[in-house]
Amino acid sequence: MSTLAQKKGFGATLWDYLTTVDHKKIAILYLIAGGFFFLLGGLEAMFIRIQLAVPNNDFVSAGLYNEILTMHGTTMIFLAAMPLIFAFMNAVMPLQIGARDVAFPFLNSLGFWLFFFGGVFLNLSWFLGGAPDAGWTSYASLSIASEGHGIDFYALGLQISGAGTLIGGINFLVTIINMRAPGMTYMRMPMFTWATFVTSALILFAFPALTVGLFLLIFDRMFGSNFFDPAMGGNTIIWEHFFWIFGHPEVYILVLPAFGIFSEIFAIFSRKRLFGYSSMVFATVLIGFLGFMVWAHHMFTTGMGPIANAIFAVATMAIAVPTGIKIFNWLFTMWGGSITFTTPMLWAVAFIPSFVAGGVTGVMLASAAQDYQYHDSYFVVAHFHYVIVGGVVFALFAGAHLYWPKMFGTMLNEFLGKITFVLFFIGFHLTFFIQHFLGLWGMPRRIFTFLPGQGLETANFVSTVGAFFMAAAVIVLLINVVITTVKNEKVGNDPWGDGRTLEWAIPSPPPFYNFKQLPLVRGLDAYWLEKMEGKQGMSPAEPLGDIHMPNNSFIPFVISFGLFVAAFGAMYRADYSWGIPVLIVGMLITLGSMFVRSIKDDHGYHIHKEDLEDNNDKGVKA
Amino acid sequence: MAAEQKMTYETWPASPEKQTLEAKNKFLGFWFFLGGETVLFASLFATYLALKDKVPSSDMALAKDLFEIPLAFMMTMLLLTSSLTSVYAMYHMKNFNFKKMQLWLGITVLLGLGFLGLEIYEFNHYVHEFHHSFTSSAFGSAFYTLVGFHGGHVAFGLLWITTLMIRNSKRGLSLYNAPKFYVASLYWHFIDVVWVFIFTVVYLMGMVG
Repeated sequence: MSTLAQKKGFGATLWDYLTTVDHKKIAILYLIAGGFFFLLGGLEAMFIRIQLAVPNNDFVSAGLYNEILTMHGTTMIFLAAMPLIFAFMNAVMPLQIGARDVAFPFLNSLGFWLFFFGGVFLNLSWFLGGAPDAGWTSYASLSIASEGHGIDFYALGLQISGAGTLIGGINFLVTIINMRAPGMTYMRMPMFTWATFVTSALILFAFPALTVGLFLLIFDRMFGSNFFDPAMGGNTIIWEHFFWIFGHPEVYILVLPAFGIFSEIFAIFSRKRLFGYSSMVFATVLIGFLGFMVWAHHMFTTGMGPIANAIFAVATMAIAVPTGIKIFNWLFTMWGGSITFTTPMLWAVAFIPSFVAGGVTGVMLASAAQDYQYHDSYFVVAHFHYVIVGGVVFALFAGAHLYWPKMFGTMLNEFLGKITFVLFFIGFHLTFFIQHFLGLWGMPRRIFTFLPGQGLETANFVSTVGAFFMAAAVIVLLINVVITTVKNEKVGNDPWGDGRTLEWAIPSPPPFYNFKQLPLVRGLDAYWLEKMEGKQGMSPAEPLGDIHMPNNSFIPFVISFGLFVAAFGAMYRADYSWGIPVLIVGMLITLGSMFVRSIKDDHGYHIHKEDLEDNNDKGVKA
Repeated sequence: MAAEQKMTYETWPASPEKQTLEAKNKFLGFWFFLGGETVLFASLFATYLALKDKVPSSDMALAKDLFEIPLAFMMTMLLLTSSLTSVYAMYHMKNFNFKKMQLWLGITVLLGLGFLGLEIYEFNHYVHEFHHSFTSSAFGSAFYTLVGFHGGHVAFGLLWITTLMIRNSKRGLSLYNAPKFYVASLYWHFIDVVWVFIFTVVYLMGMVG
């Protein structure tokens, strides 16, 4: 099993990635697939802004606009933001806790392929009769009435990719609980690991609600049930509850890892320990907990009554407290630090005012009485883009620059990185700040055009100009990636020079077994502690010995492919006679490959001690 | 202790289901999975309660017309007993008595099959006697989805336990397959707990109003 540093052909590399169970390679798969869907979602965003640049525009038709708008939201949340976050979790979290891999390498691969096939299925709707058009929330009153197969693509595609996310969540939870290196107590875990931990718990308890909601939608649209049909005794509000019982925790599933990435960045580039570490942990857990208590603030105008509205309004406002704790902790981390404004740090510093602006409008929206004014207006659009772009997307850019050397062994160009930042930062505020006012002036969200002479022209045009700045920023980043990859200048263990946590103690990219000997963790910021004592690397916690590794497997790909096939069968069941056979064949592929996985013993293999000794001078460092 | 190691009664540890790291991970991961399943069934229960007796016309059967204690009671007894027999199986697994474990697992599977048979009879009965089907009303959709999801879990559990029994029939217990048997029995208990709630919420509450 000498996969150590060999030049491989394209076919062998492809096969390697199709069958890999290595968390670092799966991270790269998530990064590529998530990045692709991010570009797709961005393209859809550009179409939206071009259509709304001038009044009475006919760049796209009303129906197509609905499809683009729905797919922009769905793609960005499920197929871009979450996978990109999973990319960093996979790449970094096991290294941060000093583990050789995640708890379930096979399931890690399965999670990726389920997401991937779900995402591909959803996007094939563009070529097979039209995309979903009921908004990313797909409220049942709209989605049941939607003609064609668009909503079917939505329900089945998200069901498949959602299963992948749930598997990933369980995997990370078990990894963090069971596989921390000696000395890595809970209260010594880096903030990004803590964020991964709480996020995974949120995934575990939030996604099944979406699963059920999607099942009901699938049953209603494809199998004749009546959950959402009032004429048959159904109730469309059930969907709204399930969607938001999932959907609100989803907001924290996205933003807590972003907080984690920024916590790492503030500490590294201020050359200071994170201020208020334990209160940061407390705040993260509290946000995770409160995140489940507030879903109905998305439904204030549904007619739940004043008592329910009041309770959910107060619970929502309570979340501002732990979030505020975090904001001040970041500020105090920088206070008195020796700050270097690298690209990741620029994103982090810009994140604070941008995200706080989103938080302030969040508290405004949380007031149920006011919400009746803002509801379904561009004010809401501005709010959630300030939170998601100003929080999550900023973190993804920051994380991409910060962890690029750890994932690929090369450093993204800092100059181009700063250009990306400046363009995106300007474009972001240009696009979305003015949308607050558009909303207050009465522009409803999700409309495909507006009339001249209502005072909306200038603001919409400004917003569109901003979007082009953001597009330019992304293009600069892509150029940066290409240049960096072509130049291929390898960097050492700790390319930023001030790495604090375990991932910076091992080579970039790490060997496939991560740690030759598990490191001994002696405190928070384990690697920084050793550096401060003048040591070169971590002290090993165990003698050099054989390392147990999992085998690669093609089965995750096949299991996911089976569901992909079955989804087509379920969708076309009513139209064509081949629907049912295809559904059965797909399920047989999935269940059959699960069966094979179950009965075939897979003990993995061992890297022998001698091979490890040959491979390095003294051993301790790797 | 390596998973492949040949074990004897003397070397068999007290908790064979969590001796290796893989086993510990499987044990914990499965508990988390059951946590997610709990939310899934909670959502289905909520749907059922929201749509109970919601039918389009007044001459259609309601919960109080459909459900009868004898059938639901028999199904409950079968499933509760199967949970008990799976405990016996795990008792023998912990004592390295492979033959008796297989025997009790076999009885568990038979009881589970009995339950599933009665459920199929029950569904058939409702459809033909009461015209209460998956598509006839929101009540029907919610009922068959909740109880059917549970029934689907039972069927999957039966396939799972049977596969484990056949796959390992010739080679006996090891630290590699002990955790597999153990999580399968956890799953079986979970199914049983869900049924206790279905019995209460759907059948008992259905008959008293």
